[in-house]
Amino acid sequence: MLSSGLRVFFEGRNMARLMAGLLVTLKIALISIAICFLAGLLAGLLMTSKRPAVRAAMRVYLESVRIVPVLVWLFLVFFGVTRAWGLNLSGELAAVLVFVFWGTAEMGDIVRGAIQSLPVHQRQSGMALGLTEAQIYRHVVAPQILRRLLPASINLATRMVKTTSLVVFVGVTEVVKTGQQIIEFSNSKNPAAAFWIYGLIFILYFLVCYPISLLSRRLEKVWAY
Amino acid sequence: MNQEALPLLQIKGLVKTYGKAPALNGVSLSVGKGDAVVILGPSGCGKSTLLRCINGLERIQSGEIILNGENISNPGARWDLVRQRVGMVFQSYDLFPHMSVLDNVLLGPLKVQKRDKAEARRQAEGLLARVGLLDRKKDYPRQLSGGQKQRVAIVRALCMNPDLMLFDEVTAALDPEMVREVLDVIAGLAEQGMTMLIVTHEMDFAKAIADKAVFIVDGAVEEESDGEVFFRNPRTERARRFLNSFQYESRRPRRKTGAAPSGLTPVPVTRATMG
Repeated sequence: MLSSGLRVFFEGRNMARLMAGLLVTLKIALISIAICFLAGLLAGLLMTSKRPAVRAAMRVYLESVRIVPVLVWLFLVFFGVTRAWGLNLSGELAAVLVFVFWGTAEMGDIVRGAIQSLPVHQRQSGMALGLTEAQIYRHVVAPQILRRLLPASINLATRMVKTTSLVVFVGVTEVVKTGQQIIEFSNSKNPAAAFWIYGLIFILYFLVCYPISLLSRRLEKVWAY
Repeated sequence: MNQEALPLLQIKGLVKTYGKAPALNGVSLSVGKGDAVVILGPSGCGKSTLLRCINGLERIQSGEIILNGENISNPGARWDLVRQRVGMVFQSYDLFPHMSVLDNVLLGPLKVQKRDKAEARRQAEGLLARVGLLDRKKDYPRQLSGGQKQRVAIVRALCMNPDLMLFDEVTAALDPEMVREVLDVIAGLAEQGMTMLIVTHEMDFAKAIADKAVFIVDGAVEEESDGEVFFRNPRTERARRFLNSFQYESRRPRRKTGAAPSGLTPVPVTRATMG
């Protein structure tokens, strides 16, 4: 029976294990998001640099991140780099490194788009007033692009949360992997476990991502002008 | 107006090219303190480029720009300092949309000139009152009409207490009924002795305000004359043809004085009566 399958949540330490798995997911996602949002601002500035060489280098970086699947990057860092240099990276650290590498490129491209969407005269008005380059970014560019950044960067954040499910392949037991273990263990006695566990994971992802969307909607109102 | 021994602004042999195409081809010009200089010429002749060079928004290839005896066209020129003395107003107003009217005006005085907030605010409010917008000081640019935005943009430049103001076709993007309110502000500045370089296509306004007219064709000064002389009797044939191309405005006064055909009421020419 489907409803009797519910007992899978209460057997052993199943619920606690799922929550621990969720924490791993959250840890990897939130650390990566925090770092790559800050680094992405810098990457965006570099992508709009006046120097063609800097722009070209950033272009190569962005394209290499986009062309290669995140999973391949994970394997490359976790198996390749560790072999090549004899480093011993944990799966979680490798995951964070790859997520930051990926997210910074994507965030940088979002920042670049926002900066370039500003009318060129906004900067020139600032220049005409005698503002320095730094003051133009601080008082003219940044306040206007923050709001333009929101929709795309929130989309990126939720994508990063969801993509953490790939880290099972480098041996990290996050929420999806924990769920699979529980299902495998109880499958013979409780065939409905899969439905309930995956159902719960569905809701957990929603509970993580929905507040991020709410926050963005809230900020869009606060930063409206 | 009052001419002094040393011109406020002197431009010598200014050359500006975009790639290989020359935009300005050896422009020389001098502007006395308190002069209102109108720069005229066909589209694409380099009028706007000239203004942008004076403010360092375009890099020049050769020539000199001398402001108050100081050569500001050196490679090492501190444009952030020069721009505090040269105010510029653009065609598209370009107020900062995320700031209130008052904050737009105060950004330069507070962040660039590091002035006392109360003092800068008094001046900003005084200037806003002069252009009739003090009651809109808390509004955001999107709440203003084009003409109002442009008046705020003028105040924003004025609040830096510049020695020289550059107006780059400031009424070109406005609805016709809003042109007058902006031109009135500029005319008021001329009366107070502000030194100005004005690029405009409003011929009646140019005629009314110009101490000097500079006519530019293909990146070079074709004629530089006293304002009155230029509009009444230009020395060069090209200037004459250029002025004649504004027939719509230039023929109406004649028609008004002559016997109008019955049934045709002459329209009062408001803009031409300025000054």
